[in-house]
Parts: sequence; C-alpha cells; structure tokens
Amino acid sequence: MKIVVLIKQVPDTYEERTLDLTTGWLNRDAGDNIVDEINERALEVALQQKDKDKSTEVVVLAMGPDGAAKAIRKALSMGADSGIHVKDDSLAGSDAIRTAAVLAAALKDVGADIILAGNESTDGRGGVVPAMVAEFLSLPLLGALSVAEFSAGTVSGERRSEEGTLRVSSALPAVVTVTENIAEARFPNFKGILTAKRKPVSTVSVGELEVASTPARSMVVSTSERPVRAAGTKVVDEGTAGTQLAAYLIENRLV
Amino acid sequence: MFERTEDQQAVVEMVRDFAATALAPHAAEWDETKHFPVDVLAEAGTLGMGGIYVGETYGGSGLSRTDAVLIFEELAKADPSIAAYISIHNMVAWMVDAFGNETQRAAWLPGLTSMTELGSYCLTEPGAGSDAAALATRAVRDGDEYVINGTKQFISGAGTSTWYVVMARTAETGSHGITAIVVPDGTPGLSFGAEEKKMGWRAQPTRQVVFEDVRVPVSNRLGEEGDGFMIAMKGLNGGRINIGACSLGGAQTAFEKSVAYLKERHAFGAALVKQQHLLFELADMDTELETARTLLMRAADALEHGAPDTVKLCAMAKRVATDTGFRVANQALQLHGGYGYLSEYGLEKIVRDLRVHQILEGSNEIMRLIVGRLALED
Ligand SMILES: Cc1cc2nc3c(=O)[nH]c(=O)nc-3n(C[C@H](O)[C@H](O)[C@H](O)COP(=O)(O)OP(=O)(O)OC[C@H]3O[C@@H](n4cnc5c(N)ncnc54)[C@H](O)[C@@H]3O)c2cc1C
Repeated sequence: MKIVVLIKQVPDTYEERTLDLTTGWLNRDAGDNIVDEINERALEVALQQKDKDKSTEVVVLAMGPDGAAKAIRKALSMGADSGIHVKDDSLAGSDAIRTAAVLAAALKDVGADIILAGNESTDGRGGVVPAMVAEFLSLPLLGALSVAEFSAGTVSGERRSEEGTLRVSSALPAVVTVTENIAEARFPNFKGILTAKRKPVSTVSVGELEVASTPARSMVVSTSERPVRAAGTKVVDEGTAGTQLAAYLIENRLV
Repeated sequence: MFERTEDQQAVVEMVRDFAATALAPHAAEWDETKHFPVDVLAEAGTLGMGGIYVGETYGGSGLSRTDAVLIFEELAKADPSIAAYISIHNMVAWMVDAFGNETQRAAWLPGLTSMTELGSYCLTEPGAGSDAAALATRAVRDGDEYVINGTKQFISGAGTSTWYVVMARTAETGSHGITAIVVPDGTPGLSFGAEEKKMGWRAQPTRQVVFEDVRVPVSNRLGEEGDGFMIAMKGLNGGRINIGACSLGGAQTAFEKSVAYLKERHAFGAALVKQQHLLFELADMDTELETARTLLMRAADALEHGAPDTVKLCAMAKRVATDTGFRVANQALQLHGGYGYLSEYGLEKIVRDLRVHQILEGSNEIMRLIVGRLALED
C-alpha cells in the first residue's frame, strides 16, 4: 500500500502571526516555520499503518518555497520513506484551486492508494484543498475523520459532528483527511533524524507537471490589522455587581 | 564546533519538544511525590536516549559527546533530576559498549539502549567516596563464579535498575586491584537499603546496594581483573561532562525565568530590569553560563577525539559548569524575592536539584585535585 501525505509548512502557532499588508500574503519570515501539526497527525496515521504492515510505503508531498524542504526532512525523520517537493517561484501566492491543481498534477503518476491530509491548515484554514485535489483526480473524499482504518482495498473511519458519528468507508484509491482528534504525532528518534537526509527527495518544478498555468482566481482585495484590544468593561461592586454582570452576559449572548 | 549542524538542530528540536511535553509538565509533581517515571524513561529510550553515544549495532544512537551535551542541557531545562538519571544510565550503557565483549554487548545493550532495562553505577561505599580506590567491596573467585560481599552507598536508580555495574576489589593492589562486574537484579543475596530522603533529585531513587554472598558468573566481568578502576574513571569523564550539561540546562531555565520576571515585576516606580544592578546581575548570569558552556563543549570535543588533555578538561568543565549552574540558579531564586522561595515558581526545585552536581561524579574539590596534580606534572 502506498500512502502519500500532503504536508504544509506553516508559521508556528505559538508565535505572533502576521500578514504582509501590501501583498496580502502571510508573512513567512516573521517566525519559525514548522510542519503543520495537523499534517503531522496525518503522517502519524500513515506511519501507524506502516508499523502494522512493513510493506506500506509512505511518501510526503509538499508544495512550497525552499524552506519547505525542512518540513519534508522532519517528516522523513519521523519515518516517511521519501519526499516530493514542488517548488517554483511562480507558485508564490497561489490560491486554493491553483494549489490543489498543482498537487493533483504532482500526484498523478505517483500511484497512491491513499492521499492523506489534515482537514484544514492552521494558517489559511480554508479546509478545501484536499477536496479539490480529490475532484481534480476524480477520487472519493473521506473528510474530517477522527478514526481511520485501512484494509486491503478499502478505507473506513468515523466522522464526528454535533449530531452524531458517521461511519464512512470507500474503496481505494481515495483522499482522506483527518482532524486533530486523531493520533498524537510521534517524535522522530535520533536514528530517524540522522538517516532522514539519506532518504530520496525529488524536487519538481511546475514546468515538469501537466498543469495549466491558470492565474489565481481568488484575490486578496484588502487586508487590515486586527484592531487593538480595547480595555474591558469594569464592574465596581456597589451592591449591584451581580445583576450588572448577569445583564452583561445576557446582552452579549454569553449565557 | 560551536555552530550547530543541521542534524544537531534537529536533534535539539526533538529533545526540546519531548522534554516540554513529557517532562516539564510533571517535574514538580514527580519531585513532590518522589515518583521515578520509568515509563517516560522507556519513551525516551524509543527516541534513542538510552545509548546516546553507544554504537548502533545494539541499539545505540551513535551520536557524539558534543551532541550529548546539547541533549542533556535540553532535558535538564525541563527537569534536572530526570536528565541527570538519564546521564548516569548512559554512562553505564557506554561502559558496557566500550569494555564489554561481543557476547556481553549483545546480551545487555538492547535493553539498556531502549531503556526498558535501567542501569546503575556502583562505585561509592559508606567508607569510600572521594577516595574511591580505597573501596572494600570484595569479589572472590570461586570456580567460574565471583562471590561478592560489601555495601555500595548513594546508588542512583538502585532498586529499579536491571543491571548494576559494580566496582569490587579482587586484589590488595589499590586502584589496580579493582574489577568491574555486572550484577543483574534478582541475583540471590542482592538487596537494597531504604530510599534516601534528599534535598533534591527527588524524582529518582538513591539507595544502598548490599551484597551478601552474591554469585555471578565470571563471564559477567567487564574487561580484565584489575581494569575496574580505569573503566570507572573513563566512564566518569563523560559522566562529568553530562552532569555539567544538566547544571547548565537547569540554570538556563532559572535565568530565563528571571529575565521574564524582572521585566514584569514593578517596584520603585518601574520594572525591576530598570535597576541597573539587577540588569548587570542578569548580564553576569548569562555570561557565566555561556563561559561554562564553551568550556564544556571544548571538553566534550576533547573526549570525542581522545585528546591527551581530556581528563583535565573534563574535570575543569565539570567544576565550572556545576558551580556556575548552582550560582546562577541560586541567584535566580534571589531575584524572584519571596516568590523564589515558593515551590510554585519552580526556582527552589532547580536550586535543590543542582546542588548535588557539585558533590557527585567526583566532588568539585576532587576536580581541583585532578587539575592541580596534572598542573604539577607538566
Ligand atoms: C544523590 C546522590 C547520588 C549519587 N549517585 C551515585 C551513584 O549512582 N553511584 C556512585 O557510585 N556514587 C553516587 N553518589 C556518591 C557521590 O559520588 C559521593 O557522595 C561523592 O563522590 C563524595 O563522596 P563522599 O560523600 O563519601 O564524601 P567524602 O569523600 O567523605 O568527602 C567529604 C568532603 O571532603 C572533600 N574531600 C574529600 N577528599 C578530599 C581531598 N583529598 N581534598 C580536598 N577535599 C576533599 C569532599 O570534596 C567533600 O566535600 C551519589 C551521591 C549523591 C548525594
């Protein structure tokens, strides 16, 4: 079984994340860039399958600038077998459709049984790229699973919602996305870290892929900084604080 | 030597993540309840921390001594007590790897490197600490076996470990009459004293180890008869560097807490960092830590490459790093005022944990003795 995990490098959520107000793009140099945690969980699902069945091949695919190589390296150190890095200056600022089209083109000849991804990235939070990839490749999508199981030729799992739990399954090949309720990602061990750089990573440019060079269809019209936090309301207790507090909560629909 | 390689950066990043999630949140509780987290040690083992500089054949990670310094500093930032135990365990694993024969390494290393089986280093005795060559625990040969009698004092991990590397006397020839013998847990005649009540290092047990006609096969001997003291001292070269790194890690955390605290704490109309005296104090702490770190890396590099001045550098670095670590941690407590004295702020635990690093793995007086004697030789 061959599993391709889509990984994305994102700014560390522990740090202040900012937008470049002139381009409207994410400011990627502002802080540490790391493998998106949700992708690490997706990778963990793939690696657990590999632990169970040694013949499983795990490939990671990332589209991104030079720095994304570090995210691929991290995934390899955790136990993935090889990496594909789609890197092209012309891809900077790609929207979701363009990203999905490029990823789908890169996936075309890989022969994946399962394409695994996080349900949404912690930076853009569009949550649409995996579905678009599925659409481009005409594959079924099992989205937002909190439990995923693989067996010969099928994938099944659970999707939780406020109303209940859906049990879903599909024949392979399929695109699967997982939520943060799924497996906690493992740490890479020392041996994994030291062998990661000996594992193969192929770098692909857009010219090598069969993908139309459509310009981005969604555009950032304007951006503005988050307003500075205003001082909160202070209730001084002169005997009616309880009532005032309750009124405030009701007024703001907090209860 | 000073710029971290890409691999080292990745190693440090992983150890930091591990320490921040698996150690730091529990350190205060383990200290309070005197809990030795063997399950977490086994997890550290799966990541390669049981045999950091043990060869890869039997599960070691094959990293360098300078890598080890970086690793122990990161671990100790979260919990010096656990980091220090892992350091002792690594010393034991390395002794088996360096001085064991093929059969011994194949038998003992897989459990040690994965940390499913822990190791203890048994040198000190009630009547022989600094003067370790005067040890009196005796191993008498009887056919294919050694019969061991005696008591070891202050043994880290005792009662929990699977393997005890015991330095025992086989001849009346001083330091040349000592032999290193591996005693497995459960051997008849092997028993342990009560858990010592200690100032720090409370998340790991310290006990006496008592040998009463303990019989082990001669094939459990590391190296030859009479090699024991040399083996024990070689192990300690690395042990000293690692314990120094543990001091730096703990003190680094204490220093960083102090910077944050003095920025935030207001008195006399301004943040305390505006008091130049306190700012200078922070500057000294930072500088002293960096000085110690630099010497420690130099010593680790010498050990890695078998430089002729290894013993001297390891002794110097151990003294400087553990004295600096304690001073900085104690000063950090002072800078926190009364809050530093409260357990909740995490400073007093660091001070308690780092205090013993000035005493063990050869006390800092003994480090001076080593350096001084070598200075006279030149
Ligand atoms: C928590 C803890 C854990 C330990 N873990 C282990 C372990 O796992 N394995 C192990 O084998 N040992 C262990 N030890 C023992 C430790 O290594 C010894 O305590 C240390 O070597 C000092 O020996 P001592 O306590 O007998 O002190 P002593 O040797 O009696 O020394 C008393 C004082 O005199 C000083 N002194 C002694 N001789 C000289 C000299 N010639 N010149 C100047 N000053 C001198 C010493 O520095 C010290 O300050 C541990 C100790 C502690 C407290």
